Amino acid sequence: MISRRDFVIAATAAGMLAAGARGAFAQAARAGTMTQDDILRFDPVGTLTILHTTDLHAQLEPIYFREPSVNIGVGEARGLPPHLVDQAFLSYFKLAAGGPDAYALTSLDFDALAGSYGRMGGADRIATLVKAIRAARGEGNVLLLDGGDGLQGSWSSLQTKGEDMVRVFDALGLDAMVGHWEFTYGAERVQDIVDKAPFAFLAQNVRSMEWQEPVFAARKMFERGGARVAVIGQAFPRTPISNPRWMIPDWEFGLREEDVQKQVDEARAAGADVVVLLSHNGFDVDRKLAGRVKGIDVILTAHTHDALPAPVMVGTTLLIATGSHGKFISRLDLDVKDGKVAGFRYGLLPVFSDAIAPDPEMAALVKEVRAPYAADLGRVVGQAGSLLYRRGNFNGTFDDMICQAMLAERDAEIALSPGFRWGGTLLPGDPITFEAIANATAITYPACYRNMMTGKQLKDVLEDVADNIFNPDPYFQGGGDMVRVGGVGYAIDIGQPMGKRITDLTSLKTGQPLDPGKTYAVAGWASVNQGVEGSPIWELVERYVAAARTVDIAPTGSVKVSGA
Amino acid sequence: MQLRSWTPSRRETMGLGLAAMLAATLAPRLVMATEEAVAAELKKLYGDTPMAPGKIKLDLPEIAENGLVVPLNVDVESPMTDGDYVKAVHVFADGNPLPQVVTYKFTPQSGKAAASVRMRLAQTQNVVAVAEMSNGTLYTAKAQVKVTIGGCGG
Repeated sequence: MISRRDFVIAATAAGMLAAGARGAFAQAARAGTMTQDDILRFDPVGTLTILHTTDLHAQLEPIYFREPSVNIGVGEARGLPPHLVDQAFLSYFKLAAGGPDAYALTSLDFDALAGSYGRMGGADRIATLVKAIRAARGEGNVLLLDGGDGLQGSWSSLQTKGEDMVRVFDALGLDAMVGHWEFTYGAERVQDIVDKAPFAFLAQNVRSMEWQEPVFAARKMFERGGARVAVIGQAFPRTPISNPRWMIPDWEFGLREEDVQKQVDEARAAGADVVVLLSHNGFDVDRKLAGRVKGIDVILTAHTHDALPAPVMVGTTLLIATGSHGKFISRLDLDVKDGKVAGFRYGLLPVFSDAIAPDPEMAALVKEVRAPYAADLGRVVGQAGSLLYRRGNFNGTFDDMICQAMLAERDAEIALSPGFRWGGTLLPGDPITFEAIANATAITYPACYRNMMTGKQLKDVLEDVADNIFNPDPYFQGGGDMVRVGGVGYAIDIGQPMGKRITDLTSLKTGQPLDPGKTYAVAGWASVNQGVEGSPIWELVERYVAAARTVDIAPTGSVKVSGA
Repeated sequence: MQLRSWTPSRRETMGLGLAAMLAATLAPRLVMATEEAVAAELKKLYGDTPMAPGKIKLDLPEIAENGLVVPLNVDVESPMTDGDYVKAVHVFADGNPLPQVVTYKFTPQSGKAAASVRMRLAQTQNVVAVAEMSNGTLYTAKAQVKVTIGGCGG
């Protein structure tokens, strides 16, 4: 990634990518002497720097996070970034296999490379990078923006309803954020955060149900590096569908593309030199939107957890993808001349925790906010016998473990685990701590239910979720990955329309096809309905892991994918 | 004229105690209307008068947040003068038990031919609007609304 980060585009020659190969970092990494300075080295352009973090999922400490080995693009996104994995990803971006780039950006040789390059992220390491860039560029020239899903995803964030991360963002000097999982703390808590936080919470696409009035500020103008930068917030448009609507009953979301255009036009009329969309739409939605809304200079993408070492350009709009869990921060330098973006340089900065000195103040804050939960966080429940990871379009081994736990603990024939994209990775031999379980399950609607469903109902569920991911029109996609299944296997033909993708639903226990008319006991969690009964999922998983002691899960192969 | 018409007060009637995923699968037990049923309704109203696409701006969510109360805005381009105005706008949904959703009647005094309503949609389906102009010509617009089970985003 680093060798490609010195792209400069002159506005007059847009599309002419001049790759200034940066061998130093790659060499240093190969020699095993990668340093903080290597990560920070950047040939500045212009006077304005935008820093982007996103989808941190409240990960205060460095973690392992394996990127997907299956990430299928459909429709116009087929075969394009971010829908490239492993060797295809490396080839597209001309990155070497076996090095830090391959480790950070793909799933290739993950266990082995994780041993060499270590954990990534950590609020104290991010603070070090942010402070260093501010010092080099000048306080008044740097804008720090977060793309949402920052306040949720850990035990301490769940216990404090995001307050731990609000304090971290405050200490980082965040200028503005947008939201998605933040809304699962409920309307009242979100309002409370917005009222008290020292940074802006921007969301142009949330309206009150009754009066259709804006609930949040839509945009904010910042003066940085001698430029007027308008930042427009776009919350995750499908929040009330993907997450419990009853927690935000009076708010309506939606894409509201025409309103984005209005915001852009108003921002320009108000004198903006640069217009930034701080978006939680997801990459493919933003790529489509960039082709339809005129006048956006930069879209800072989020939600789909993609990390791309170079911007994707749609016309003159730059799409930036910063990854997730604090593995990366994005640095975008803009050269603003005569009220226009005349050039840029971009870097996806990898947060290799072993190469970056922790910022002492942030380290102290992280310790403080975690202290009340230290006993729970550190409790070792069992051990990972094999690689436990979540991310990918279909079942990963971490969710296989969760499904196994539900089958065992709820005496079910079939288990369903939601297709969340967040949650860390454990290497073979790693202890499974309660924190690691919480990192994949810490939500405000954790009840593990048990229901009777017919074979037809189960197929309908899979069809519905599949269309949410593989509808060829990104505006009809909701993000997330396919619901994970335990106890059953199926075949999916991506290229078919809704209702015709799923076939061969088979019980893994009996080897028999599921009968559409017969009912089966199904366990699941994260239902978006109110009043769901059952123990929190983390309790079941903890019991299961404690009983198993060592969790060994081979990839099942029970989902057969075609038509990609 | 902006109409804000009836809205069900109870939004959370779906799936109490059930998994979210079950709710949407219950609806298809009813007999649903079809594209042909919408065509038959239109034939009753306007016989074989041809309909052209255009003039109508149909504002609907791509994906309904709540299938029980899907917001619809319809806006027909017209000077709304005595000599040239929109007489009526009919809205149909081709996947509901009954295809008729609402009919608005306008006069030149309406000022503009625009209205808003919230409707229930049983499943993913097309919403069709037909506008009758004062000279008898018909315009139509169609949009698909996805009604999803949801619950697995991330």
